[in-house]
Amino acid sequence: MGAEFVPLSLTPILIGTFAAIACALPGNFLILRRQALIGDAISHVVLPGIVVAFLVTGTVAALPMMLGAGAAALVAVAGIEAVRRLGRIEPGAAMGVVFTAMFAGGVLLLERSDTSSVHLDVEHALMGNLESLIWLDATGWGSLLDPAALAYLPPELGRIAVTLAVIVVLLAVFWRPLALATFDEGFARTLGLPVSLIGLGLVAVAALAAVAAFDAVGSIIVIAMFICPPAAARLMTDRLGVQVAWSVVFATLSAVLGYVLAGYGPLWLGMQDAVSAAGMIAAVSGLILAVAAVAGPRRHGAAGAGRAQS
Amino acid sequence: MASLDLIAEDGVTRPATDPAGQALALRGMTVSYGGAPAVFSVDADMPPGTMTAIIGPNGAGKSTLLKAALGLIPRVSGVVTVFGRPIPEARDRIAYVPQRASIDWDFPTRVIDVVMMGLYRELGLLGRVRARHRDAALDCLRQVGMEDFAPRQIGQLSGGQQQRVFLARALAQKADIVLLDEPFAGVDAATEAAIVAVLKGLRDAGRTVVAVHHDLSTVADYFDRVLILNRRKLAEGPVAEAFTEAALSAAYGGRLATAARDRNAG
Repeated sequence: MGAEFVPLSLTPILIGTFAAIACALPGNFLILRRQALIGDAISHVVLPGIVVAFLVTGTVAALPMMLGAGAAALVAVAGIEAVRRLGRIEPGAAMGVVFTAMFAGGVLLLERSDTSSVHLDVEHALMGNLESLIWLDATGWGSLLDPAALAYLPPELGRIAVTLAVIVVLLAVFWRPLALATFDEGFARTLGLPVSLIGLGLVAVAALAAVAAFDAVGSIIVIAMFICPPAAARLMTDRLGVQVAWSVVFATLSAVLGYVLAGYGPLWLGMQDAVSAAGMIAAVSGLILAVAAVAGPRRHGAAGAGRAQS
Repeated sequence: MASLDLIAEDGVTRPATDPAGQALALRGMTVSYGGAPAVFSVDADMPPGTMTAIIGPNGAGKSTLLKAALGLIPRVSGVVTVFGRPIPEARDRIAYVPQRASIDWDFPTRVIDVVMMGLYRELGLLGRVRARHRDAALDCLRQVGMEDFAPRQIGQLSGGQQQRVFLARALAQKADIVLLDEPFAGVDAATEAAIVAVLKGLRDAGRTVVAVHHDLSTVADYFDRVLILNRRKLAEGPVAEAFTEAALSAAYGGRLATAARDRNAG
């Protein structure tokens, strides 16, 4: 671990890890609700919102981007509902049409607008700029205690850390009703739980994670982290709390291992360049899922025991 | 023909009973999924300490009526009272056991965790789970003969065992009214007997049990009241009075013979 680890690798690894965990946490519940693709949809529809927010404000500040992303999510919900009703097609198809169209719109908008002064382009949207989130003012581990150096931490680190903290607190407070409404919606309703609001809240938390992560690491990681760590975690245990803990472990492992492999893997293989950290992190998460699918201790049959359809 | 006259009148007259005296009272329940009503203008009374079967052919609106009464699906019209109070003021007095097939049994949760869900209104958002809560949940499992399965994942259970776990969750709620949607669907004979024994025990303790049921041959053995339904209410009352050939043929029509055959085959 050389002296350049802290300035060059520590912050990107932390940001990648926080982003991965922020997405994996709500991903657990999205998957159990058979809504895994909502995470995918959100990460696509926010792009035009972020681009429009940039065009209006001229900066890549966090707040306008969040607002733009939120507005885009609302437009998407309205659009999906409109396509579903006017076209009389099923919700999944309507969602597919709307989110790919909005993402494509965002890409075109991005290409046609002058974003040369800032770091916002199609590649950034897909893969983020994890490698560039370095901490040049750090000289080593001692800088973690140096206020002058700490003041120049990449702002993305603070944003994703706060987002992650908010998600963790929300999940801890609303764990019981969320688990109940996910497992047995009808029963949850008879207890007086606001089931629709809980579902909406989960999607809102997923959107928050997607927007914050998108800012730092791009949509490839967002999509992968919503699905791969929770899906792999499900194969490790039969308890919800343990599953969520495993998903955090897998998200962390993907981010750290993925970043290191992207930076040093090609060198070990005798190649000159590093590969995209975002792509490698997503690939590692997929690999973990594959290993869990083959060797996870809780691989049930496709139907699960005793799931009678009477 | 006398009973048919009674049916014709039923759509017009309202029962004179006071809803406040009933554990569960339905008045003018109409439910529609967009087209013709699935349930039309149903009045029903479930007195305290009784055990009612809701019966009728497939598509008669039995589950629909139950879900609409609980507010799980919207109703076009109708008033529901629990001991004279609207449902939102009486949630602690109601336990609901949904159809087993409506649940994802692959969900990562254990038997004991499912029963603990019945304690939610007691525990609240952040209440700490204490030993007495765990003991209460285990005691409910014991009542349905499932205490040995507490640490199992729910997907590893047979259909009958799953149904018993759901009943244990309802017991944990300590409710005055237990509403069950098809509790005997796809369960083994031992489970059916165990569930009936528990439900009769609840009834004898003064609780009120209402179950959507489809096996006509066991109605008289298991229940003391029936509500015969085919979109409209066709008969209601103690089994001895309301569970008549005439009301059944009005509900099932030509399908009664088929229903009887299925019963013998199954």
